Amino acid sequence: MTTNGSHQVLTFVLGNETYGVDILRVQEIRGWSAVTKIPHAPAHVLGVLNLRGSIVPIVDLRMRFALERAEYTAVTVIIVMSVNTPAGRRDFGVVVDGVSDVVDVNSAEVKPAPELGSRSATDYIRGLVSVAERMVVLLDIDRLIGRDLALSEGMDGEEALAVSAA
Amino acid sequence: MTVDLTQFHDAFFEESFEALDAMEAALLKLDVGSPEPELINTIFRVAHSIKGGSATFGFSEIASFTHSLETLLDELRSGTMAVTVALSDLLLKSVDVLRAMLRAVQAKQPIDAQRVSDLQFDLEVAIAKKSEPAATPAMEPMAPGPAAHDHTGTPPAIAPRWRIHFRPYRELLARGNDPLRMLRELAALGELAVRVDAQALPPLTDLNPPDCYLAWSLELPGEVAEEATRQVFEWAEGDCDLTIERLQAATPQPAPPPPLAVVAPAPRQEAPAKPEAAMSGLGDSGSIRVSVEKIDELMNTVGELVITQAMLSQLGSHFDGPEAEKLRAGLGQLERNMRELQESVMRVRMLPISFVFSRFPRMVRDLAQRLGKRIELKLTGEQTELDKTVLEKIGDPLVHLVRNCIDHGIESPEARAGAGKPAEGTVHLDACHRGGNIAVEVSDDGGGLDKERILAKARARGLVGASDSLTDSEIHELIFLPGFSTAEKTTDVSGRGVGMDVVRRNVKELGGKVELKSEPGRGSRFTITLPLTLAIVDGQSVAVGTETYIVPLISIVESMQLKATGITRLSGHSEVLSFRGDYLPIIRLHELFGVEPRSRALHEGLVVIAEGDGRRVGLFVDDLLGQQQVVIKSLETNYGHIEGVSGATILGDGSVALILDVPGLIRAASMRVAA
Repeated sequence: MTTNGSHQVLTFVLGNETYGVDILRVQEIRGWSAVTKIPHAPAHVLGVLNLRGSIVPIVDLRMRFALERAEYTAVTVIIVMSVNTPAGRRDFGVVVDGVSDVVDVNSAEVKPAPELGSRSATDYIRGLVSVAERMVVLLDIDRLIGRDLALSEGMDGEEALAVSAA
Repeated sequence: MTVDLTQFHDAFFEESFEALDAMEAALLKLDVGSPEPELINTIFRVAHSIKGGSATFGFSEIASFTHSLETLLDELRSGTMAVTVALSDLLLKSVDVLRAMLRAVQAKQPIDAQRVSDLQFDLEVAIAKKSEPAATPAMEPMAPGPAAHDHTGTPPAIAPRWRIHFRPYRELLARGNDPLRMLRELAALGELAVRVDAQALPPLTDLNPPDCYLAWSLELPGEVAEEATRQVFEWAEGDCDLTIERLQAATPQPAPPPPLAVVAPAPRQEAPAKPEAAMSGLGDSGSIRVSVEKIDELMNTVGELVITQAMLSQLGSHFDGPEAEKLRAGLGQLERNMRELQESVMRVRMLPISFVFSRFPRMVRDLAQRLGKRIELKLTGEQTELDKTVLEKIGDPLVHLVRNCIDHGIESPEARAGAGKPAEGTVHLDACHRGGNIAVEVSDDGGGLDKERILAKARARGLVGASDSLTDSEIHELIFLPGFSTAEKTTDVSGRGVGMDVVRRNVKELGGKVELKSEPGRGSRFTITLPLTLAIVDGQSVAVGTETYIVPLISIVESMQLKATGITRLSGHSEVLSFRGDYLPIIRLHELFGVEPRSRALHEGLVVIAEGDGRRVGLFVDDLLGQQQVVIKSLETNYGHIEGVSGATILGDGSVALILDVPGLIRAASMRVAA
């Protein structure tokens, strides 16, 4: 975020919605390629990919947001972002329909997301902002993905419990 | 002029610890009665350089302590005191105290002053005692007396020799030249006699540290090429007065050249001592210190290159046409070079296992003394190299094993005599390469494992049913259970039951295994098998559906195709196969990992017999793909731990394959069965 209260946001499309993430978090944008499945992962964690030598987990945002699944095609895009978790910085790839633009967002124009029932459904939304007549949902990826990571780490224990209880 | 000395602290600590290791090793080699002068010199040099360093950095406690130590050593060196068992104990204790002091200062913690002053007092007492007649007839005096000039020993006067007068100008050091380095280089050319002229040395108050006040008179054997000698001084030529002359055979040796005066002993010792102490006797000045991170970075980049190269090779095989042959030849060359590069980088990380072995002579000596046993420690294969990370982690398990051998294995001298064995027991540490792995063996010629007692203990603790009969190897397995100990009473050596399970766990973390063979009355032998490195694993690629997994070769017993009749179903789900008279559970990887397989029929796929935690299982896979070395990548960097998976790797086509952790798989599978 710069001093004059505006920062740059990368916007991308998912279904009919436009979302935005802080551009400083974006590591790279790459085309879709087949992933290696990882056992015992949450359904929206598709698997892992080789990103210049490091192993990066890939999350399908459509599945994460419980949207209708789309086919992965040559134009499907993976945005690799760095996420801050309690355990430190992690790199993560998210599958989106397409990348739109980089826009300047003035912090003063960001409106908080309306409270809709359960808070957990919206607490990964940092706010809403309108850019060129379109509404952009600004995501807090630390909350959105960081929690998944924590979940995947707890997976062993939880699943082990579930299994032994069954 | 002020220089921030703290920047040199790390180097000082590192060198001091290394030097102390060397000192300890020398002390252990020191024979009572007839000590080797060279060993005493080594010990003296260590004390001396630590004293110098700590005084420079203002660690006054260490300086004061080493001063006492040095005084005592000087007595030994001059032969006015004899080496006794008590004295070498005292010196070993001094090493411990020095180490503790250095550690405390390094961690900026208070020094255990009581312990230091107690020992220092003992040292002073020992020094004071020297006035009493010491029985040292067998000892060869190191230096003939204070009038001796050549501390390196008088060279034979008959051969023609080179005499070098080397008088650096004061600003030599400021120009980046280091006389010590030059002396070292000269010493590498041939036996070097050094005399230092410290006449120009001003009183300490007038001394300007960046200036060089010393001059040297050096002698080299005649067969050293003049050219080589001159080369040493090449860079200092403008900064010193240098004469190199050939002495004729008849030249009387001891006469010092007129401009040189015989100097006080202290600086004379200092000049050649420092570099040697820093090298801790390894005699290798052609090395540099590099941080491990830098090497790891290099390793990573090379790993990337290997993957890229594999990708290119695969791509290259798809081309046709006149140029394709050349392309493939080039790619082949690239592959060879890559392999060499990878091996060289790996070698950088390799250190000889002597780094770990070196701590044992002291430990064995102390333990044997405490337990009243007589033990000889045999070390072999010390030059076997393995990865630094592996090396660091193998130390503790080995200590446990050696301790066990001494405490439980070797009998008391009386018991040994009764059994017709030599009174002195042997503990043997051996390391060797064995087919891409490192095998480290700890063996003793003691009583072997007491199977009856182990079994009785296990029965008493309910680990084994009263009527169960166990095979030898099953009984041996028992000692690896957590908290298992047959010792009647807990000693400070062992018997608390932490140990063998920790050994096994540590070794397993390194991707290795521990095996035990024991013969009653003849002794036992622990064999630790370790991978050469943690960065690369030899693996067998297996296919399950569309996925590829890597099974570490170290875990694989063999692979086989099953006949439909070779499988037995036990109560519902669990399937077992018969393998060399054993029944092994079958783990269907596709079920465990939730993958769609090509075939669910066991006889249409293959079974990989794998071993982990001393248990064998059959892993059901679709196909075997090939063996290859894979670079291990962490899944935990960006994701988390997955049960049954130890990491991931990148295949030639750039895709990711998971590396299986067989013991973890067995655990995960048995949980499923239990459920």
